[in-house]
Amino acid sequence: MLQSILFLLLLVAAFGFFAWQVRKIRANILVGRDRDMSGHAAERFQKTLLVAFGQQKMFKRLTPALLHLVVYVGFLVINIEVLEIVVDGLFGTHRFLSFLGPVYSLLMATNEVLGALVIIAVAAFWWRRNRKPPVKRFTGVELRAWPRLDANIILYVEVILMVALFTMNTSDLKLHQLRGETLPGAFPISSLLTGLLPANAGALHLLERFGWWAHITGILLFLNYLPSSKHFHIILAFPNVWYSRLVPQGQFSNVESITHEVKAMMDPSFVVPPAPTAPDGSALAPTPFGAKDVEDLPWTNLLNAYSCTECGRCTSVCPANLTGKLLSPRKIIMDTRDRMEEKYNSPVIFRPNVYGAEAKHEPITDLANATLLRGKVTPEELWACTTCNACVESCPVNINPLESIIEMRRFLVLEESAAPNSLNVMFSNIENNGAPWAFSPSDRFNWADDLFAAEKPAKAAVA
Amino acid sequence: MADLAARNESPEILFWVGCAGAFDDRYKRVTRAFVRILEHVGTKYAVLGLEESCTGDPAKRAGNEFLFQMQAMTNITTLNGYGIKKIVTACPHCFNTIKNEYPALGGDYEVIHHSTYLQQLINEGKVGVTGGESFKGRRITFHDSCYLGRANNIYEAPRDVLAALDADLVEMKRSRANGLCCGAGGAQMWKEPEPGKKDINIERTEEALATLSGAAEALANLGGVETETSAPGPHDLQGSIIAVSCPFCMTMMSDGVKNKEQESRVQVFDLAELVASAEGINA
Repeated sequence: MLQSILFLLLLVAAFGFFAWQVRKIRANILVGRDRDMSGHAAERFQKTLLVAFGQQKMFKRLTPALLHLVVYVGFLVINIEVLEIVVDGLFGTHRFLSFLGPVYSLLMATNEVLGALVIIAVAAFWWRRNRKPPVKRFTGVELRAWPRLDANIILYVEVILMVALFTMNTSDLKLHQLRGETLPGAFPISSLLTGLLPANAGALHLLERFGWWAHITGILLFLNYLPSSKHFHIILAFPNVWYSRLVPQGQFSNVESITHEVKAMMDPSFVVPPAPTAPDGSALAPTPFGAKDVEDLPWTNLLNAYSCTECGRCTSVCPANLTGKLLSPRKIIMDTRDRMEEKYNSPVIFRPNVYGAEAKHEPITDLANATLLRGKVTPEELWACTTCNACVESCPVNINPLESIIEMRRFLVLEESAAPNSLNVMFSNIENNGAPWAFSPSDRFNWADDLFAAEKPAKAAVA
Repeated sequence: MADLAARNESPEILFWVGCAGAFDDRYKRVTRAFVRILEHVGTKYAVLGLEESCTGDPAKRAGNEFLFQMQAMTNITTLNGYGIKKIVTACPHCFNTIKNEYPALGGDYEVIHHSTYLQQLINEGKVGVTGGESFKGRRITFHDSCYLGRANNIYEAPRDVLAALDADLVEMKRSRANGLCCGAGGAQMWKEPEPGKKDINIERTEEALATLSGAAEALANLGGVETETSAPGPHDLQGSIIAVSCPFCMTMMSDGVKNKEQESRVQVFDLAELVASAEGINA
């Protein structure tokens, strides 16, 4: 009874605290600009099924995909046992799902095999990150200090949780053997481990309780660690994929306020729609063109930032990054998250990335007024982007770093006139000559001259 | 187009030439090759000529949304004025912009990239890809344009066109959705690259040359900046071809081949040029 009450309190506290943290993150995401993502439910559902549940894009790289699949399936299936643990904890039952008989045996056996595989996969993940040199995409200026520690903490916790599970099962199994009873379920791994435990009923009972409590409190603590961690992707990957862009990747967003201005310029009779006002009718501060800080980005890009697990597939295929330029799409996404938490709500553990001299940031003199642009992301990074969409294509959860890059370029050009000079030359060529190069518009049709002149002089007139 | 309109006629397709196709000396040859193909198959086509203007793609990718929309609306006014329904272009940047970004500003057209159009002509038997230069046994690798491939999911049309040439097609390790950018998109064409270890077009050219020479497998670290093409492959590069379908890729790959001093052995051609050559109608 006392255990049940203690457990209920623990459960309520853990979920309450988690909900409180999630609210903060939700508020952070909602500081972003409005973007209507309603509709297309069937298409979104299919995408979520394939990309999020089905891990479709993970399989662009086989080894990490298989390792990740083990941990992912393990997570899903072992959760059924967690459900049992919660019910047992609340009602003082023991293995209440065992009434399922053979199904329960199958479930327990699957859990045990998956649990062992998870430990192996996690060890492989650890090796890929911590060997010398590590897999290249686990390096980079944005992946030091806290992000590096965070990645390892997640792996250690996952192993601890699995070890607790095996401790619980093995001691329970041995206790039953000692008493000459049969433990419901099948335990292919634990049955191999019983020899490691003492043949003492009291000690075994203690061990079983210890494993049980360690597993469930571990899970509840981990749940509350998630909002401070890149591992939050296990939750947000799903809504993030649901809210993916459904248009061709090459289609960049249209800025409607500019459309109104251009229409008004070209057609004097065009009436510019009134600017939106605050609910009380007062004028709102004008929104800038493009993005200088997190609240200027569409909310979907902020959701992107919380869905990122910092795997670096984007950066590893970025042509600019591959050839040694500063741009790293992963860093743009991580900077966005850091900036949201620095400016708005921060989770329990907030450790913003601190870049060393190698990041070659322009010196930030006014920290209090720093923004995402220039405060974290430098123009040099933004101008290195070829808009090739390799980062967008590579992301297993459909994060779009390119949109943020373009939004910040828009701010640089339209609000600050801070484009590199050669691009300003290109702009004025388009304005004056209708071509990005300095050619005379009257020469535009010259290509046809020698084509038809020799053999088909009459044809030139057709075009 | 103005002449056709004056005669109250309308074309089957409008061929959108693009700034590179109209002004760049190298890409003008592609424009002419494509026009010869259109003439050869008897397609009733038109061009805007002096009335065409930059689609605004480089302005938009560089963040100058205002300039982009000015260009877009001017072009849309012209196109709608002539009642244009179907546009074919040899530039993936023009293709992407007109197809995807003009509709929001009032320009709705059926837009086709010339690789798709050439594929259709071959499938319909209008172009036999015979009678001219033979590509049998020549090694060709296709460099995917980002604005055709990842941006618009067109990967097979250019490969189908090349397959019709009966050449020896070899794929680079990074191709289709994993293709590596030539380095010119997003308005990079008009500026110096940011400081780094290497230019993107050099990295890509090295990969193409290694693939054509058959050395790609022998190169340990393909995919990183450490890549060098010093290791010779089993194949002689002489007469091999890097096929492109974009004016930017054309410039970047040609520059890369020159940088590697392979221009006497490896040539960069657009799909339209290859088809026109095979058909014996190249300018």
